[in-house]
Amino acid sequence: MNLKNKKVKKELTVDQKINRRNFISFATFFVAGSTAVGGWKWLYNSPLEKTEITGGAHKPLRRALNKTELFFRNFFSNNHEVKTYPKSMAVKQIRVNSDVGINDEGFKPDLWQLNVITGLNQALKISIDEIKALPKTEIIYDFKCVEGWDQIQHWAGLRFVDFVEHFKLTELAKKQYIGMETPNGEYYIGLDRESALHPQTILAYEMNDQPISLEHGAPLRLIIPVKYGIKNLKRIGTISFSDKRPRDYWAELGYDYYSGL
Amino acid sequence: MKTIKIIKEKHPLVMRWTHWINFPILGIMIWSGMLIYWANDVYTIRLFGHTFFRFFPDWFYNALHIPHRLSEGMAFHFLFMWFFTLNGFFYILYTIISGEWRELVPQRKSFKEAWLVILHDLHIRKMAPPQNKYNAAQRIAYTAIIVMGLGSVITGLAIYKPVQFYWLCWLCGGYHLARIIHFVLTLGYVFFFIVHIVQVILAGWNNFRSVISGFEVVEEKPKIIVAGKALPPTKIIQLQPRHEPKK
Repeated sequence: MNLKNKKVKKELTVDQKINRRNFISFATFFVAGSTAVGGWKWLYNSPLEKTEITGGAHKPLRRALNKTELFFRNFFSNNHEVKTYPKSMAVKQIRVNSDVGINDEGFKPDLWQLNVITGLNQALKISIDEIKALPKTEIIYDFKCVEGWDQIQHWAGLRFVDFVEHFKLTELAKKQYIGMETPNGEYYIGLDRESALHPQTILAYEMNDQPISLEHGAPLRLIIPVKYGIKNLKRIGTISFSDKRPRDYWAELGYDYYSGL
Repeated sequence: MKTIKIIKEKHPLVMRWTHWINFPILGIMIWSGMLIYWANDVYTIRLFGHTFFRFFPDWFYNALHIPHRLSEGMAFHFLFMWFFTLNGFFYILYTIISGEWRELVPQRKSFKEAWLVILHDLHIRKMAPPQNKYNAAQRIAYTAIIVMGLGSVITGLAIYKPVQFYWLCWLCGGYHLARIIHFVLTLGYVFFFIVHIVQVILAGWNNFRSVISGFEVVEEKPKIIVAGKALPPTKIIQLQPRHEPKK
């Protein structure tokens, strides 16, 4: 062993210690900082997803939305009901925010029938009178829009669970998702089974004790208080059941598929 | 007498990391929050029926390219909320376990002393009250910012899942108030940030370095210690200044 090459470890002077520690920490700071800037640039410029069931979002952000959905779905319970209000607090003029899917001229509510897909080339046709003949449920609650506004609104109609039970759709409703579309197919939504079957989800045909107006989705629309307004489809034309996520208008435009409250 | 340099340990590694990690995350949360807020920008400052300010003026939105990016804002907000929460959680956990909270939490005298610190900082008063690691104003500010962070997480969850977390929403005084608090807290961060930056600049390099390197360099006169009464008074033992014990 060459002992001469083995330097005696001298205690560093204070200045040496200062310089050494400054170098290490500032180098770390700049490396970590550059990595963070690089990471941000990567994320900000990451490609958008291909539009299929969802679209319009950066790919990594869509993955994050879907994972976050899985986490928060653990907290979903039918016992968690949206707060309801006395009738006097409901607004007289219900806000109209969009006419996507219901702006075709010449729509005749009298000729409308609900189309429930029950199998391949099989459908159940249901008239509005059949629905109105069933027990009516009222709800006065704070409708929440994804934009951030909310409004206490008064709706009434047939609970979706009651609908499923009465029309013997219980087996079909065991599938994980429910899809709904307007008659012209221009607006469409997908719902997870549990949210659709929540006791406050309603197929509504009345607002403020009157038949709902065309601009609010006559003759039958969805009121689903556990979701943002974007899932509250107006003028339901078709209902279908599936184990795969049905296509969803706003999810294709970058919004969270779940959009649950 | 000649002074000697000594290294004074100041900020532990965990505090430095959580501080610098929080900085960009909070920035992203504020930015993505503005993308969301734009979609329903209803808040104004109004007194006696007169609107003094609207959050936010159009020139402000346009300068920052905020309009029509709601879905993008939500996607960013709901990813970085995890990092914001986890980082804050680690910080709080660390201050509790390490005992650092003793240096941070305001004491009874802090509220009185904070005024003296402010007067001193504004050059109105010459003397500042004696302090440990943080002065009274810092104790209040640095504890308040943590409470604010917690408030943002809680009000954020209340707005995010007002049905599933209805009790949180109730705790925040309802959906509207939760959104207002969430917004006002954000204004608070911006205000904190401005004061913070000014203070850091005024405090100088040594202080700034300590948030990256962890230590400050102190010039000190060598201590002269008389070792015991039994020794003859002429016998003085000069010792090297002791390093601060590592925390």
